[in-house]
Amino acid sequence: MKTKSLVSITDLSKDEIVHLLKRAAEFEKNPNQKILDGKVVATLFFEPSTRTRLSFETAVNRLGGRVIGFSDAKTSSQSKGETLKDTIMMVSNYADLIVMRHYLEGAARYAAEFSPVPIINAGDGANQHPSQTMLDLYSMYKTQGHLDNLTITLVGDLKYGRTVHSMLEAMWYWHPTFNFVSCKELAMPEQYKQFCDEKGITYHETTDFSEDIINESDILYMTRVQRERFSDLMEYERTKSLYTLHNSMLAHSKPNLRVLHPLPRITEISQDVDDNPKAYFVQQAKNGLYARQAIICRSLGIE
Amino acid sequence: MTKDKKELAVAALQDGTVIDHIPSEVLFKVVDLLDIKSLKGSVTIGFNLDSAMMGKKGIIKIAGVTYPESTLNRIALIAPHAVINIIKDYEVVEKHQVTLPDDLIDIVKCNNPKCISNNEPMHTHFHVIDRDNTLLRCHYCECLVSKDEITLK
Repeated sequence: MKTKSLVSITDLSKDEIVHLLKRAAEFEKNPNQKILDGKVVATLFFEPSTRTRLSFETAVNRLGGRVIGFSDAKTSSQSKGETLKDTIMMVSNYADLIVMRHYLEGAARYAAEFSPVPIINAGDGANQHPSQTMLDLYSMYKTQGHLDNLTITLVGDLKYGRTVHSMLEAMWYWHPTFNFVSCKELAMPEQYKQFCDEKGITYHETTDFSEDIINESDILYMTRVQRERFSDLMEYERTKSLYTLHNSMLAHSKPNLRVLHPLPRITEISQDVDDNPKAYFVQQAKNGLYARQAIICRSLGIE
Repeated sequence: MTKDKKELAVAALQDGTVIDHIPSEVLFKVVDLLDIKSLKGSVTIGFNLDSAMMGKKGIIKIAGVTYPESTLNRIALIAPHAVINIIKDYEVVEKHQVTLPDDLIDIVKCNNPKCISNNEPMHTHFHVIDRDNTLLRCHYCECLVSKDEITLK
């Protein structure tokens, strides 16, 4: 039985991603199985993230495993000054798998180096969040029936949004075309555009969130524009309204178009989109459960 | 001044290591990198010496010490064209340019204050992703460090 950590989406080959997508589809058909019977999974959330933690814990519970852990570093020995290494070593005495979220970047990569049990990264600062990327891929795969040659439009904060960076790194295997729609202050960083050039990915960059762009898209991936990214509040208000999706903008979109958002949304998607069958962000979050069940089983070597 | 007199300005080595063609502006960084101040033997450090090739250069002559290749290659990080001479019995028995290794363990400090390596008692680890331009990526937080931003640990 092979156990494996998952720290970054780039740890996975194309074949491994495809395998995880197929496993997620199996779990969606049958989410309640007793295949983790006798297993203990620790969820160590050094920074609170209720949504991600509940998704992972539900994934374990529905597969018959048990969960231990903490949801805030204030309740752990970290608050007494214990090193991350000591905390991980201690917990690895009890658990078969550690799911960890940390406010420091690289924390999961470091933990995976010495931990005797596999580590799943549930987010390390602004760095990586591979289970989010897997659920994004699964949502695209499920709604489009395949991942090949999709036109994906990314809107909002493309500078700090880690989900959009990971998507580039994961999707290049399937020859996508990207539209990067953002204001100049939150544009896609140079290093990711270089990555696209190296991999031969076609991309278009624009500040104009137009219906033309929406109409050529298969996937419209909205992200949150955060106030703390702006020094000028007026600029924030202006940007926020420019990159808001309204239902009327979807009138002439492709029938297969789906609107995704990593959630929580603030104002990026207006409420009138919710009843449009092309709105997919709530189901997208639900897909996280199946994607995480697939990731947990991979880490524990359970097929 | 004749050539002979110039050479006399620096002592000849019987055995040891000579690091030549170090740009003057990074000479003392190389001194720190090799932790020369903890050595007991004699060390000659030449600073701002005239060089036909480089204008001004630095040179370090370390008596009685040879370093493992991996240690010397760290120098490539700040002086990519430095040349190593190994001296045995007043003769140069080996001469080669330093080469930047693929991985740098505990040599460079990560510039990201939110990187785990700045918050735990641990080694830093960088991958050299562009050898020609000395571009590094932190193994942990994945942030990029360009040549001008390198801080030694």
